[in-house]
Amino acid sequence: MAETKVVEKKKATPISFGKKERALITDPINDNNPITVQVLGICSALAVTTGMKNAAVMAVAVVFVCLFANVITSAIRNRIPSQIRMIVQLVIIATLVTVVELTLKAVAFESYKQLSVFIGLIITNCIIMGRLEAFAMGNRPYESALDGLGNGIGYGLILLIVAFIRELFGKGELFGYKIIGATDEYALNTLNHWWLEWYSNNGLMVLFPSAMFVIAVLIWVHRAWNPKLVDIS
Amino acid sequence: MHSTRSIIIFVVIMTTLVALLLAGMSTALAPIHKKNEMLYAKKATLSAISDHLDGVDFATISDDQVIDIFKNNIKQSVIDMNGKALSKEEVEALGYKGGEAENVDILKEMKKPEADRILPMYVYEKSDGKKYYIVSTTGKGLWDVIWGCIALEDDMNTIAGVAFDHKAETPGLGAEIKDNKAWVKQFTGKKIYDNGAYRSVFVRKGGAKDDTYEVDGISGATITADGVSEMLGRGLKYYEPFFKSIKG
Repeated sequence: MAETKVVEKKKATPISFGKKERALITDPINDNNPITVQVLGICSALAVTTGMKNAAVMAVAVVFVCLFANVITSAIRNRIPSQIRMIVQLVIIATLVTVVELTLKAVAFESYKQLSVFIGLIITNCIIMGRLEAFAMGNRPYESALDGLGNGIGYGLILLIVAFIRELFGKGELFGYKIIGATDEYALNTLNHWWLEWYSNNGLMVLFPSAMFVIAVLIWVHRAWNPKLVDIS
Repeated sequence: MHSTRSIIIFVVIMTTLVALLLAGMSTALAPIHKKNEMLYAKKATLSAISDHLDGVDFATISDDQVIDIFKNNIKQSVIDMNGKALSKEEVEALGYKGGEAENVDILKEMKKPEADRILPMYVYEKSDGKKYYIVSTTGKGLWDVIWGCIALEDDMNTIAGVAFDHKAETPGLGAEIKDNKAWVKQFTGKKIYDNGAYRSVFVRKGGAKDDTYEVDGISGATITADGVSEMLGRGLKYYEPFFKSIKG
């Protein structure tokens, strides 16, 4: 018993999944959300949230890039010359984004066509670069992986919520399936309840300004619901 | 601090690894990318006649069905501005490998002087012998190029369906020319000749005033809609010599 204790002491903190590790994932999803708390990555959140499908593809892409960029940067963090660390981080992100782009082009061509510009713009997404600089450069790959995963999910979750609201009220659709609207093509309308039929799709919700409103309201709701955030700022 | 030497070594190793990875991946996936792009283009062409396909529901069409239709039901040809059909060799000589209509890049043709352009042309034959002629046209939207396929019935006058696409129009506004199926449907049944005189179809801001030659505009997308009017008016006229040769 005594011997093993010594071995454990010699080692750096062992890889485990405790409270601290869980916080690495849950923090960016709630208390430190990149979009609603840090207000980062707004540009892409405005652009790709016109539909759930695009938002979902984008969310998966960002989770992937954020996770692996964090892990790779963290793994080579002691070898990266500090003078050029930003450029190295950018190369890592750009490589991963290109990998995502090539893969999408092969497996989901229509999404690739619709998202093409914005997939490329993940490179300039400040969330990812921010995590590399603020976290991965100073932590082990394991913790960095959790942090990247958490931040990617935190971003993707907000993206999906905004897209849900915009697609449902803008086009009356979810993932392209017609749900609510004035004609019989829409699923809820076939139920023949007057209170399901009155809604007529609001074109403004599809446009960029509505994403601003929706995100602003989300930030408001998030702050009202989570008292911790009021104290932070 | 790292020395300049170690920085250079690091950069060289990093770029080599990254370049190898990406080049390898790009090369490995190239055939799939090419196939996807080809299917996408074919599907876009077919969507102009989506209501007239034989026993196929366009909403759930599979890749194999698309290839099948192109193989069995569609005749491709390329014509010049005088309506004369070009041979495969002539098209290949213009830099389009394959020499078929599907190999012609209509956006590239748009940049040539008008008289030198070549036009892709698809003829879909239904099992009952009815033919649909699918022609292509390009124009300018608000931000960038727009293009479309227009299917005509065999009277070379009635539109059987259209499909538009764009490079960078605004989602919810200009992009509606592609996404809003109800708007696209308006074109079906419209005519392009008025008593033998060429007229084309016009997208009218504020609502169509004529049942035969006009469709409603899209609110908030006046410039894109005008672009559609312009490209139809100009683009369909390019095919006029060919229409005449069919009608005899």
